[in-house]
Amino acid sequence: MTELPRLPVSGGCRDEPILKQRGQREVFCGLTGIIWLHRKMQDAFFLVIGSRTCAHLLQSAAGVMIFAEPRFGTAILEETDLAGLADAQAELDKVVDQLLARRTDIKQLFLVGSCPSEVIKLDLSRAAERMTERYAPSVRVLNFSGSGIETTFTQGEDACLASMVPVLPKTDTRQLMLVGALPDVVEEQAVSLLSEMGISPIKVLPAPRSDIDLGVGDNTVFALTQPFLGDTHAALERRGARHLPAPFPFGEEGTTAWLRAIADEFEVDAETFERVTAAPRARARKAIAQASEALNGKSIFFFPDSQLEIPLARFLTRECGMTAIEVGAPFIHKSIVGPDLDMLAQGPTLSEGQDVDLQLDRCRAARPDLTVCGLGLANPLEADGLATKWAIELVFTPVHFFEQAGDLAGLFSRPVRRADLLKLEAAE
Amino acid sequence: MKLTVWTYEGPPHVGAMRVATGMKGLHYVLHAPQGDTYADLLFTMIERRDHRPPVTYTTFQARDLGSDTADLFKQTLQDAYDRFKPEALIVGASCTAELIQDDPGGMSETMGIPIPVIPLELPSYQRKENFGADETFFQIVRTLAKPMARTKQITCNLIGPTALGFRHRDDITELTSLLSDMGISVNVVAPMGATPTDITRMGAAHFNVLMYPETAETAARWMERELGQPFTKTVPIGVGATRDFIAEVAEITGLDPYLDDSRLRLPWYSKSVDSTYLTGKRVFLFGDGTHVIAAARIARDEMGFEVVGLGCYNREMARPLRAVAKDYGIEALITDDYLEVESRIEALQPEMILGTQMERHIGKRLGIPCAVISAPVHVQDFPARYSPQMGVEGANVIFDTWVHPLVMGLEEHLLHMFRDDFEFNDAAGPSHHGGHSPKPQAAGEVAPQDAPQPEIAGTSIEVVWLADAERELKKIPFFVRGKARRNTETFASERGVGEISVDTLYEAKAHYAR
Repeated sequence: MTELPRLPVSGGCRDEPILKQRGQREVFCGLTGIIWLHRKMQDAFFLVIGSRTCAHLLQSAAGVMIFAEPRFGTAILEETDLAGLADAQAELDKVVDQLLARRTDIKQLFLVGSCPSEVIKLDLSRAAERMTERYAPSVRVLNFSGSGIETTFTQGEDACLASMVPVLPKTDTRQLMLVGALPDVVEEQAVSLLSEMGISPIKVLPAPRSDIDLGVGDNTVFALTQPFLGDTHAALERRGARHLPAPFPFGEEGTTAWLRAIADEFEVDAETFERVTAAPRARARKAIAQASEALNGKSIFFFPDSQLEIPLARFLTRECGMTAIEVGAPFIHKSIVGPDLDMLAQGPTLSEGQDVDLQLDRCRAARPDLTVCGLGLANPLEADGLATKWAIELVFTPVHFFEQAGDLAGLFSRPVRRADLLKLEAAE
Repeated sequence: MKLTVWTYEGPPHVGAMRVATGMKGLHYVLHAPQGDTYADLLFTMIERRDHRPPVTYTTFQARDLGSDTADLFKQTLQDAYDRFKPEALIVGASCTAELIQDDPGGMSETMGIPIPVIPLELPSYQRKENFGADETFFQIVRTLAKPMARTKQITCNLIGPTALGFRHRDDITELTSLLSDMGISVNVVAPMGATPTDITRMGAAHFNVLMYPETAETAARWMERELGQPFTKTVPIGVGATRDFIAEVAEITGLDPYLDDSRLRLPWYSKSVDSTYLTGKRVFLFGDGTHVIAAARIARDEMGFEVVGLGCYNREMARPLRAVAKDYGIEALITDDYLEVESRIEALQPEMILGTQMERHIGKRLGIPCAVISAPVHVQDFPARYSPQMGVEGANVIFDTWVHPLVMGLEEHLLHMFRDDFEFNDAAGPSHHGGHSPKPQAAGEVAPQDAPQPEIAGTSIEVVWLADAERELKKIPFFVRGKARRNTETFASERGVGEISVDTLYEAKAHYAR
């Protein structure tokens, strides 16, 4: 029989007070989500309607990916578009015509709102409806907002997935839906573990192609693989689907608890669960033990970035022996990260939102052994003598489930080991 | 609306950030939505700065829209002043804040902050990054610089270098020593490294060296008019241009022209017989106007190339560039659409491209050697080593940089010619120039170099990959697949396992986890 995760003796963090500050936020906007979503959804194009800043952001964040004929682009607003709004709709039609003529392989087009398009109240949902009619049935046009005034970093994926839910066909089939874009190799591991337990059918949102049969209805239960999917969660519930609350599948413990929540729903017996998970669990524990040697007894401080912070803090404190000083998240959806908060021992400051200068003051005063932060802060903190782990990598790299548990610990231990390895000061 | 994937320039407020980050003691308060802070990482990552750019953003969100954003701006400005205590502030709006019309300049005026607060008008929907830098520097100079007595000795200001500038750091060093050889010392370098206080004493210099017209020409013209300081028109990139620059400085100052060329190697290297094969190489040039104009002269007159095409992405430099192109008997390409650049390159079929990082990728795709001569550039073009473009050492650096990919290109060509020889084969893989990628394999076929090889004869046993493990292996990104294969095989053979299953693959992965 698999032991259930032990709750911390001091009690979990679910009801702990949350420090809420507002001020300058050092975060990405939701447009950034496009960079991994377009890899995942192979017949989709993401067209941002925004300014040169938006295009420049995507280019800076996508790095070398920009040179690989990506399936995203920006329709840059010009002076003339700002003058009269009717004009802007016509202009948009022209850009989309041009785009779809060049890329005939595109089956789903997302019109992505930005700060400028939201501020001038350019109605992208009407544009999407109009275009869906115009290009039916070969292309479906949807819209969502990735603007910085509304979304932070990974919330862009949430907004995108939530925009797809209302147009999913209805199905009465009893089914499991896994929600969240994961690297293919990780997604296949999850599906294969659940299939071995006899659970089927298993569907994934987002699907790699729009022609894949994917429906939703009253008999759908869904499990989130990512903590930032609040709106998608709500949209699925509106379609009658039911959420299976669970800790997120990071580390051996998180993955086991996540699988167990699903197994319980599908009445998988303990023996089957044990047979399927025993070997990979043992591997994960071993890999974590090796990779986390450098982390044991070290302290960690999270700046807000992706909403992955709480589940990751849970993994690092419980399975790698770290102490959390502050766990900052851009937003905390208690109904979604509740199970992780239950398992996180009391002690760290939980903070939501940010005033970056004040948070930097707290971080410098605490002098953590490792600071998880964005690329705008990492080098300046390193120059202050603080070891950092830049957070964006945690979104792009395969880190979920058993087989990646060692890699996940490794991402955090590498900067700590490097700090020990370099003997630069001694050479002077 | 204009469909865009790649942009050569960022929005104008990024230009203002380049000025602010280059300077010290200046702080920029930018009215901008949450998310615009992405630009910080250009400075901390690409330029590897060890401090945050001196920029405070209001980062307003949807719920702040309305009159709230104006209060938010004032509060942010006050907080930034209290925290950073700068010598001067610049304030402005990014593209979104421009739409909500809060007027940062007007608001800051009413607040009684006891240092100069300089408002910036940067039209985000018309202009771009270089304009932003030029305009910001101009506004700072116009506000702070005053007429004053000239220094006793002949001094000059170096103007134009900014943060995120292509080789600006080392160009300053090179020019400073070049001028010092003539007995001229540098009064102020700006914006890079200057404080607002330094800007106030720019008027003491006898003349200005305009290093980069893109980022300082407006300021140079203003100082010529208001402070009576002439400025240099030649940008000293290349041997000929450096000599002309020295002559120009001599004329402005009345000093004797002097250039210490004892370490100048480009002319001899270019003459030596090894360089004969460079003759008439057809090159295409693209970048910012200044670097392209300089590169064209070097290419034709100092390297013996044939310039078959040239162009720039910043229309501010369109006129001088068109004039240069005429001299070369070609038509200049003025565009910020990389697809146009790519199709022009395809049409011209040059043997070499000199451009930005975008042209480097175009070159890669088309299999044409390429060297980088202009921003925008990625992290590798902010090198640790000394590598100016200007002056004597700049000429040496340029010779090496341009010839290097061509020599490599020759190697590539030889390899290609002898490809069918028994010692070479397709599976040997491409060099970093691409264009000769290994042929895609039919499904199920195992590439020769991918085949399991029992490496340590005697101690190892033959291991066999089961079909599903082989498929699983294919899912691993190609650049680590080889390592994963080796590790798994070593792991299996050490344990006497003859068959590799998916489980073995992951057992091995767990074993080697770090």
